[in-house]
Amino acid sequence: MTDLSKIRNFSIIAHIDHGKSTLADRLIQLTGGLTEREMSEQLLDNMDIERERGITIKAQTVRLNYTASDGETYQLNLMDTPGHVDFAYEVSRSLAACEGALLVVDAAQGVEAQTLANVYQSIEHDHEILPVINKIDLPAAEPERVAEEIEEIVGIQATGTWANGGAVLTSAKSGIGVEDVLEAIVARIPPPTGDRDAPLTASLVDSWYDPYLGVVILVRVIDGVLKKGLNVKFMQGGTQHLIDRVGAFTPKRVDLTEIGPGEIGFITAQIKEVEQARVGDTITTVKNGATKALPGYREPQPVVFCGLFPVDAADFDKLRESIARLRLNDASFTFETESSAALGFGFRCGFLGLLHLEIIQERLSREYDLDLITTAPSVVYRIHLGKSKTEDAKVIELHNPADYPDPNRIEMIEEPWIKAVIYTPDEYLGSILKLCQDRRGIQTDLTYVGGRAQVTYELPLNEVVFDFYDRLKSISRGYASFDYEQIGLREGDLVKMNILVNNEPVDALSLIVHRGVAEERGRGMCERLKDLIPRHLFKIPIQAAIGGKVIARETIAALRKDVTAKCYGGDISRKKKLLEKQKKGKARMREYGNVSIPQEAFIAALRMGEE
Amino acid sequence: MPAADDLALYIHWPFCLKKCPYCDFNSHVRDDVDADAWQAALLADMRHEHALTGGRRVGSIFFGGGTPSLMPPALAGALIEQAQRLWGLAPNAEITLEANPTSYEAGKFAAFRSAGVNRVSLGVQSLHDEALAFLGREHSATEAMAAVESAQGLFGRVTFDLIYARPGQNAGAWEAELARALAFGTEHLSLYQLTIEPGTGFAGAVARGRLHPMDPDEAADLFVQTQEQTRAAGLPAYEISNHARPGAESHHNLTYWRYRDYAGVGPGAHGRRGGMATIRHKKPEAFLRRVGEIGHGMAEERALGREEQLSEALLMGLRLAEGLDLAALAARFDTTADALVDAGRAAFYADLGFVEREGDRLTITPQGMPLLDALLAELVPAHLVAA
Ligand SMILES: Nc1nc2c(ncn2[C@@H]2O[C@H](COP(=O)(O)OP(=O)(O)O)[C@@H](O)[C@H]2O)c(=O)[nH]1
Ligand code: SF4
Ligand SMILES: [Mg+2]
Repeated sequence: MTDLSKIRNFSIIAHIDHGKSTLADRLIQLTGGLTEREMSEQLLDNMDIERERGITIKAQTVRLNYTASDGETYQLNLMDTPGHVDFAYEVSRSLAACEGALLVVDAAQGVEAQTLANVYQSIEHDHEILPVINKIDLPAAEPERVAEEIEEIVGIQATGTWANGGAVLTSAKSGIGVEDVLEAIVARIPPPTGDRDAPLTASLVDSWYDPYLGVVILVRVIDGVLKKGLNVKFMQGGTQHLIDRVGAFTPKRVDLTEIGPGEIGFITAQIKEVEQARVGDTITTVKNGATKALPGYREPQPVVFCGLFPVDAADFDKLRESIARLRLNDASFTFETESSAALGFGFRCGFLGLLHLEIIQERLSREYDLDLITTAPSVVYRIHLGKSKTEDAKVIELHNPADYPDPNRIEMIEEPWIKAVIYTPDEYLGSILKLCQDRRGIQTDLTYVGGRAQVTYELPLNEVVFDFYDRLKSISRGYASFDYEQIGLREGDLVKMNILVNNEPVDALSLIVHRGVAEERGRGMCERLKDLIPRHLFKIPIQAAIGGKVIARETIAALRKDVTAKCYGGDISRKKKLLEKQKKGKARMREYGNVSIPQEAFIAALRMGEE
Repeated sequence: MPAADDLALYIHWPFCLKKCPYCDFNSHVRDDVDADAWQAALLADMRHEHALTGGRRVGSIFFGGGTPSLMPPALAGALIEQAQRLWGLAPNAEITLEANPTSYEAGKFAAFRSAGVNRVSLGVQSLHDEALAFLGREHSATEAMAAVESAQGLFGRVTFDLIYARPGQNAGAWEAELARALAFGTEHLSLYQLTIEPGTGFAGAVARGRLHPMDPDEAADLFVQTQEQTRAAGLPAYEISNHARPGAESHHNLTYWRYRDYAGVGPGAHGRRGGMATIRHKKPEAFLRRVGEIGHGMAEERALGREEQLSEALLMGLRLAEGLDLAALAARFDTTADALVDAGRAAFYADLGFVEREGDRLTITPQGMPLLDALLAELVPAHLVAA
């Protein structure tokens, strides 16, 4: 058991590439968590996708034992929190398990908007924030300026020496100042509080599936003690489990005899699906347990939906199995079977956000080797229907434009809105305001801080869900950052737009749009489809229509020439290969009427490009 | 015309004086070619083919390349003589030599005729000097025209190739050039649209943005114009790029398109005989070495599946204006005509005027011809095409 006063729980907040992983590695190295030989670059990001994208998807902790200059040995729990707004809830659960945070800022780059959002969140959790100015070895490093910027923007002290409340200056890369970081953690981050003799309450911080251990649960004990052999219950989930292992990561997995108050560690309990170990749940003992769950639990709430269909219809079962496998490890997405006239059988899946969608889609294709068609992402609309001959008035939730009800019955449609905070260098502000305006945004705030602007917009989620983020990054050359939170439903003048290819409606291309932008969107989609659909042997009209009314149209001219001029010397193999290639190409397309639409077109048609 | 079970014999001569920038044939430039060694090797390779196809008669011989007109005429003579001795030649067997129309080669025509060649196919390519320079040819337009005339004086049957749809070529200029070509009065013409083949000089130029191929729609217009002009001149297309006075079609090439058996001898030569696909080693040196070692240059000999043969027969046969007798083809391969084409698609494209179906005969119309590859992908049913 570790005395509460010798425990420090903290997370690291940093903008991408400011050095979070490097610093974490140094801390592990310095405290002897791993030998030099065991150190591999960037220990914390372990999934391929996490490494490539530089984001953390699953919370992870490392327990470090540090003997400080006061001669005492401290247990430092470093919590790596998910790094994207899609996982805001998971982040909040991780933060709730800590008492402080290191704010790592690149000495040459200064404070970035994404960092700010996380800092504010950390402040909301009453964290002690310890600024760390990293990369002071860089020629362009300006630690004093950055320290002032931190004070000005974040509002915490950063100038002066760290012992006097200022920032710690480090070069994580060369190891300078890393010892100071450890000392500052001990000196400035408050220890947790808790009561060993009170009934057990432990917060379920995160869970994941491990092929050898089953579901591994990351916990933070508030009161009481978690031990092997203990019968526990999950207060929200309502299930009971027998704990068969308790331990911690150093980052190697080590078994412990117990996890006491204030400590962070993991447990396993013969659980097969992460769905049974929901983030935010409260764990207590079956006997003499706590009566009140910890605050803050929330059911995962998918906000973005799209259809996933196998390119090869024969892969449907494989897709079903793969999705089910992924769900073992991620209970936050939902799926149900869907059938489309053109795409055949697939699944309608719900995600926490677009990044989440992309991650799942990428894992399906990468880890399960599936070739998928993804339909346009959609948000959830609430539709108020009037009375019909056979049915009373009612309210339905629409996840899929294909299920759009009879328009005559629709009395009102509500759509989800978000509050978006965008932080950008001044020079891109004009284009960004235009982008937000084009997406039906309502500006609510605009402030300038030293050559940078922070603008707040309220935006309909359906305008953001598709390529808003890509566009924002491209018009700001990657400099603007974007953070959002949902702010509820609002009534909108929304209609269903159908796309007709060769006079046939294509269900997978239909979408819900605001009437005010329908014509422009329709025109854009028709133009893009014109480029995306290869020329056929006949001309193909492409139309966008609302109800029976065509609002935009394009025509793909007929193909005039496609022939091998010379078939020489009896070499048929080449021609045959060409035919095989053409056939294979066709297999990757979907037929509507007599028109073959390439699978990429379903998503690419929506990309709004340079307006 | 040769009988259906006559064998066509293709002999490949792999050398050229210079590599043309559009060419992706199996052609190689070598400083010196040991004619004796080649004669021995080709004769041996041919004997190997005979050992596997004995008992049949040869209906046609085609010397292709490369530039077979660079061969010593005596070498061609020895090959023809051996074919005659081994298989026996059909009466009036068509014996074609591909030739480049330089004055040097034209000087050898008489000797080739004595050796047994009775048809020449000249690589004229253009009647304009600038175009010939662009195409990297060694001859001038004047030289080419002289070669055509000289060939016409010596051989009963003469054909020549032109390459059109060149970058920047306009309809008027092509019409005039084609009119001059037709004025020679040869019984046969091959008119190829310029295509950019991977790995050629032109492909590199296109990749570097130095060459801009003609827009396909413009090329399609030229194709239509070409069909009309040749038909009016009495040389209608009997295959996508081949035109002949009725009855003067190339017997040898018809064998390929009708998917009858042909034996391929020499480097890189392809054959289809007795349900086998054969291919010889491509590199001249490798070919020679193999013949030295095992007596023939075979690199691969593979039994074709029935589906594969049917898809080959379809994609070759539909190139012909005469179309394809589906019932006859089905009978050859012990299947039914229904299994050979997607009937729904055929009807759909018949409505669009690209295909004609009369009884068992399926024909691509002149409008459909420039779209043949796309049509094949539609008409040939998936079960005939390897995945
Ligand atoms: N010059 C210098 N480079 C650093 C320092 N710390 C990290 N880096 C480099 O900055 C890049 C991003 O670091 P990383 O730790 O992955 O950042 P993260 O995205 O915040 O986890 C890597 O190339 C590091 O090697 C430092 O103190 N000095
Ligand atoms: S002469 Fe004929 S075979 Fe030789 S490189 Fe030129 S086009 Fe090719
Ligand atoms: Mg990192």
